[in-house]
Amino acid sequence: MAASQEEVTLLGVTGSAFVCRVQIALKLKGVEYKYVEENLGNKSDLLLKYNPVYKKVPVFVHNEKPIPESLVIVEYIDETWKHNPILPSDPYQRALARFWSKFIDDRVVGAAWKAVYTVDEEEREKNVEESFEALQFLENELKDKKFFGGEEFGLVDIAAVYIAFWIPIFQEIGGLELFTSENFPKLYKWSQEFVNHPVVKESLPPRDPVFAFLKRRYESLSASK
Amino acid sequence: MAENHEGEVKLLGFVGSPFTYRVQLALKLKGAQYEFLEDNLEHQSQLLLKYNPIHKKVPVLVHNEKPIIESLVILEYVDETWNGNPILPEEPYPRALARFWAKFIDEKCLSAVWKAASTFDEKEREKAVEESQEVLQILENELKDKFFGGEALGLVDIVGTFVAFWLPAIEQLVGLELLTSEKFPKLYNWSHEVLNLPVVKETLPPREPFFAAFKARLESLTPSK
Repeated sequence: MAASQEEVTLLGVTGSAFVCRVQIALKLKGVEYKYVEENLGNKSDLLLKYNPVYKKVPVFVHNEKPIPESLVIVEYIDETWKHNPILPSDPYQRALARFWSKFIDDRVVGAAWKAVYTVDEEEREKNVEESFEALQFLENELKDKKFFGGEEFGLVDIAAVYIAFWIPIFQEIGGLELFTSENFPKLYKWSQEFVNHPVVKESLPPRDPVFAFLKRRYESLSASK
Repeated sequence: MAENHEGEVKLLGFVGSPFTYRVQLALKLKGAQYEFLEDNLEHQSQLLLKYNPIHKKVPVLVHNEKPIIESLVILEYVDETWNGNPILPEEPYPRALARFWAKFIDEKCLSAVWKAASTFDEKEREKAVEESQEVLQILENELKDKFFGGEALGLVDIVGTFVAFWLPAIEQLVGLELLTSEKFPKLYNWSHEVLNLPVVKETLPPREPFFAAFKARLESLTPSK
């Protein structure tokens, strides 16, 4: 199929780690796409049509066929554009990649957010502990690899962009010392490699507006105390 | 591929658990021989500590001594490792949809039903029942063929055995009425189609262990994860 006949659209919001995952995948594959910035406070008809179940971004639309859920989208991209593979070819390695990506979603994403954005101190502490524990698993899993995917980054690295770019922002805002090179030397080193990788660098949102937005949210949270 | 390429397959799980069951059903569909190792919640078994020391969860599929955890990850692994009776569709878009709906059932359905069954506060319970019905309605709307997988059982149907078998069991236990033929005719019919399939009939667990475990959980009312 000629490139010009492919219709690829991504509905997202700037500053979303989940949207970013998809952008990294598309960049890696060199896929041209149309980006539609959504306003989550005033969701477009398009978003509601393409993701009626969750009404969330990212939503990936390929030739009028919508797919929501960032990791589902990334696997779809990998299966549709086969060069620069994101998942390994061996079934066991694929299973491990899927496991650790899910682990990040289940055990890191929520806890890390709540480690900062929770008013109740006890609740917040609990989430700090949970985040720490989860990051420790990942530290151990990384071992001496350059990326979770080996010499090149893969599914788990893409899923972990949340850790590499967003967690440092949260913790700066919240004055939290969680993800540091002292606590997680390997993971920290990985995060530097990853955010500086040309494909990733070009896909990340600009830090300042994201920081400002998240800081405002933090302040309004404390104000509501 | 050599006749005995399968190697050694073990499944560590709980009898009566919907997560363990999905893997059993998948292995049966593929005609894969395996050894079932029953784990017991009360006593953290030696087997679990051996095969899943970090996360301590079942089911665990062990193939040639390599452990794989997380039921959805295991299902994809089984599909990729054993040929015949495909669990996921071949084309990337239907595959993405199958993954999306399987995740939906796991993330929305199970927790909604658990909440509806375990909440004692009447108002909260009513809310949870409403939520469960919303979820079931979404599935009702999504079902277009005989099975979610089309003419034959697929990933979503396998994961959906929770709705076909466990949901009615829970309803009976706590006196709830959720999946009725009046409210959800297609889903209701589908559940009967699924339960009547020989491959399902032959593999469904007895209800008692599940009832016992569920009752115990209700009584302790520990928050589920």
